[in-house]
Amino acid sequence: MTTTSDTYNFDPTAPADSRRSGGITGWASRYVDERTGISYVVREFGRKIFPDHWSFMLGEVALYSFVVILITGTFLTFFFQASMAEVTYDGSYGPLKGLEMSAAMQSTLHISFEIRGGLLIRQVHHWAALLFVASTMLHMLRIFFTGAFRKPRELNWVIGFVLWILAMAEGFTGYSLPDDLLSGNGLRIIAGMVEGIPFIGSWILWLLFGGEFPGTAIVGRLYTLHILLLPAAVLAFIALHLVFVVTHKHTQYAGPGRTNENVIGVPVLPVFAAKAGGFFFVVFGLLMLMGAFFTINPIWVYGPYDPSPVSAGTQPDWYIGFADGALRLMPGWLGGPGGVPMEFVLFNTTYSLNILIPIVVLGLFIVAVMLYPFLEAWVTGDKREHHIADRPRNMPSRTAIGAAGVAFYTVLFFGASSDLIATHFKVSIESMITILQFMLVLGPVLAFFVTKRICLALQKKDRQIVLHGTESGRIVRLPGGEYIEVHEPVDEYERWKLVAFNDYEPLMLRPNAAGRIPVTERARAAISRLFFEDRIEPVTSTELEVARHH
Amino acid sequence: MANDTNLPGHDGPSDSLVPVSTADPGTAVERSDALRNPGLPPHRLRVTDTDPKKAKTAERVIVALFYVSLVGSIFAMAAYFAFPIKPNDLGSVRLNNVFVGIGLSFALLAIGVAAIHWSKVLMDDHEGIDIRHPVKGDPKTQARAVEIFRQADRESGFNRRVLIRNGMIAAFAALPFPAIFLFRDLGPSAGTPAEAFSHTMWKAGTRLTKDPTGDPIRASDVTIGSVFHVIPEGLNDTEDVLEEKGKAAVLLMRLEPGDLHVSPEKRTWNYDGIVAYSKICTHVGCPVALYEQETHHLLCPCHQSQFDITREAAVIFGPAVRPLPQLPITVDSEGYLVARSDFHEPVGPSFWERRGDYNV
Repeated sequence: MTTTSDTYNFDPTAPADSRRSGGITGWASRYVDERTGISYVVREFGRKIFPDHWSFMLGEVALYSFVVILITGTFLTFFFQASMAEVTYDGSYGPLKGLEMSAAMQSTLHISFEIRGGLLIRQVHHWAALLFVASTMLHMLRIFFTGAFRKPRELNWVIGFVLWILAMAEGFTGYSLPDDLLSGNGLRIIAGMVEGIPFIGSWILWLLFGGEFPGTAIVGRLYTLHILLLPAAVLAFIALHLVFVVTHKHTQYAGPGRTNENVIGVPVLPVFAAKAGGFFFVVFGLLMLMGAFFTINPIWVYGPYDPSPVSAGTQPDWYIGFADGALRLMPGWLGGPGGVPMEFVLFNTTYSLNILIPIVVLGLFIVAVMLYPFLEAWVTGDKREHHIADRPRNMPSRTAIGAAGVAFYTVLFFGASSDLIATHFKVSIESMITILQFMLVLGPVLAFFVTKRICLALQKKDRQIVLHGTESGRIVRLPGGEYIEVHEPVDEYERWKLVAFNDYEPLMLRPNAAGRIPVTERARAAISRLFFEDRIEPVTSTELEVARHH
Repeated sequence: MANDTNLPGHDGPSDSLVPVSTADPGTAVERSDALRNPGLPPHRLRVTDTDPKKAKTAERVIVALFYVSLVGSIFAMAAYFAFPIKPNDLGSVRLNNVFVGIGLSFALLAIGVAAIHWSKVLMDDHEGIDIRHPVKGDPKTQARAVEIFRQADRESGFNRRVLIRNGMIAAFAALPFPAIFLFRDLGPSAGTPAEAFSHTMWKAGTRLTKDPTGDPIRASDVTIGSVFHVIPEGLNDTEDVLEEKGKAAVLLMRLEPGDLHVSPEKRTWNYDGIVAYSKICTHVGCPVALYEQETHHLLCPCHQSQFDITREAAVIFGPAVRPLPQLPITVDSEGYLVARSDFHEPVGPSFWERRGDYNV
């Protein structure tokens, strides 16, 4: 068996002339090292091993699309005017000629119709932003379903979670900058939600917009957030995120030779650098193709913001859909008009539950996403480090909880498009909303149980394969006339992938030193039962022996 | 399983998934008869490792790709000039977009594909192995860190000189508040936001005019079944057009007077079946712009709230709770529609300071 050796070839006792060799590259690296000590970094990271799997690519896509956003965004700042000063449009786009609009809208149209390559870069910027949020979320799902958030990576999960929130904030602030009709309505909705917050809502709205909605300040303020504060925060958190990736070393999937104490893969220099660097250009290139061929956010169709007109079928950018869906699915009157109103007046002040409940539910949902690793760690009580990523089936309850979360998010997401779905499938918009309201409650429950059963069934299948091999499709007639299908045993490398997983048993309640069972332990035991009551154990060598002699 | 001794980080029973360590495994099951890690499978050679011809072909492909990228860059620059944007010609915008985009796409994609191909078929692909170490510092480092904190505490007296410490905490606690105060002037210089939200441009005698032209509307122009988007007269001449429009926008429609269910206190608010309702949704403020003529229902396209005009814009579906506020109207001496007064309640979304007694 061969492995690359990672010995460091620098020998301080070697003759001086050999250290002076290396031509211009050698001279340059010596020059830098003698002034920075950077050779230490090269020694530590140059041959660092990265494991390879397609699912590890999702985080990379997020990183690279963010780089694309920075590059294209910088170009856009040279032309965009973040001002709500009123101007009369006199550009190339005929239908809007002579219309009053803000300088922000005008400069966005100018970028789109008069700057060569401007529309291209604007569209690449928008597509990259959509991809940034999408790949961030897929990356989170990968981490979740493979348990890559377990100790020692819980804090990195939280950092990644913050990046998700920042990505949505970046997206929304950027979406609002052109000051077109659609984004203006998006801001109107945000303003309406802010207004509904008890005690401080009207003041927050006033401070945010510099007066009544829409005012003349918001675009400038969002611009400051969009190009200064938020990107700085995203960069800082990405840096932190990657420092942790280096500190923890990447997880790997169970496989022959891979253990909890090693990482098997390719070294940074040269293979990983070439692959990852190449992949950046692929991501950039594909985004460029999309910018060249697919229109995104055609603000000239929507026109400038005006509080009065609006068109049917308005949609936010996709990642805000779940929040908009929550607003749509919350009924104003429980049990229909004439039922219980979701707004009440107390001491002559108004409380809007139809706004507050969606805000609170969304808040709880994302906090639950953030805290899940700590919940699981508490339930299992496992304090060991975990560097082998799980196959989702091997942790059925976690996978089922994830599926429930995905179902919940998905229903909210489709909630934002309820009218389009209704017209597409020729259902009334009222019944579509009602269907989605039921699905929002039932969907996650259903997803939980179905997913859990599927995981357990897959685990059973794995056991079958390990114990009795795979079906070969070859039917053999035995001398006695009996027909059997020949099963082919899996080799030990394949087998290891199927048996290499952790399993947990439900927590047994035992009295503590004081002879009591605290209520927290009771809760933990109850959740532990929900998690681990139904479980499939990995095949042991004893079982395998028995099966062989069978 | 002879070869598992070759694996660094792979000695003794630690080929299980998690190392045998002092860390508490919680409710994890640890089995003595678990199957053992078979170790790395033998390395498989690629076709480019065994066949120099194939390696040569791969090399040529990679070189070619880098030159494709170069050509792409040149193409993009050429397209920049070859497909200029001509004033008032949208077709030229499209051509410029597509051709510059194609050039840049090739320039980028070819580099990417070349680098990845290079790494996959020509670069050494032997498995590398790194050994993991526990993330926490070793006991000595941990002990030293604790000692440093203790020493700092001793030398500063941080926990001994309690008065100093508490004074410092109090000072830090007060420090953020001036910063918050500095933001106060973002708010209105006089009055409260709630007061501003509670009034619109409409006054007794303000003519109802068409949006966006500002032409006044005669009652006789409003035929049964028709609907008008309305703004107050003089709106377009104000300083803050959008802010005022965001509160004052109104929908005007005429129904058969018999179809209207009018409550006694609002008897005078319509004019011969002509009614005017705020266009700003009472949910989160989108314009309720979609009117279904046959049912007399208004639909908000943002969140699907529906209001029944025959029953004073009561909510019949969706997340809104309150009816759309009605603007009392009449006609002036010249037959134009005018407002009788401002709305009797704040329009648009609810806010905390909104009272409960507007319609009582």
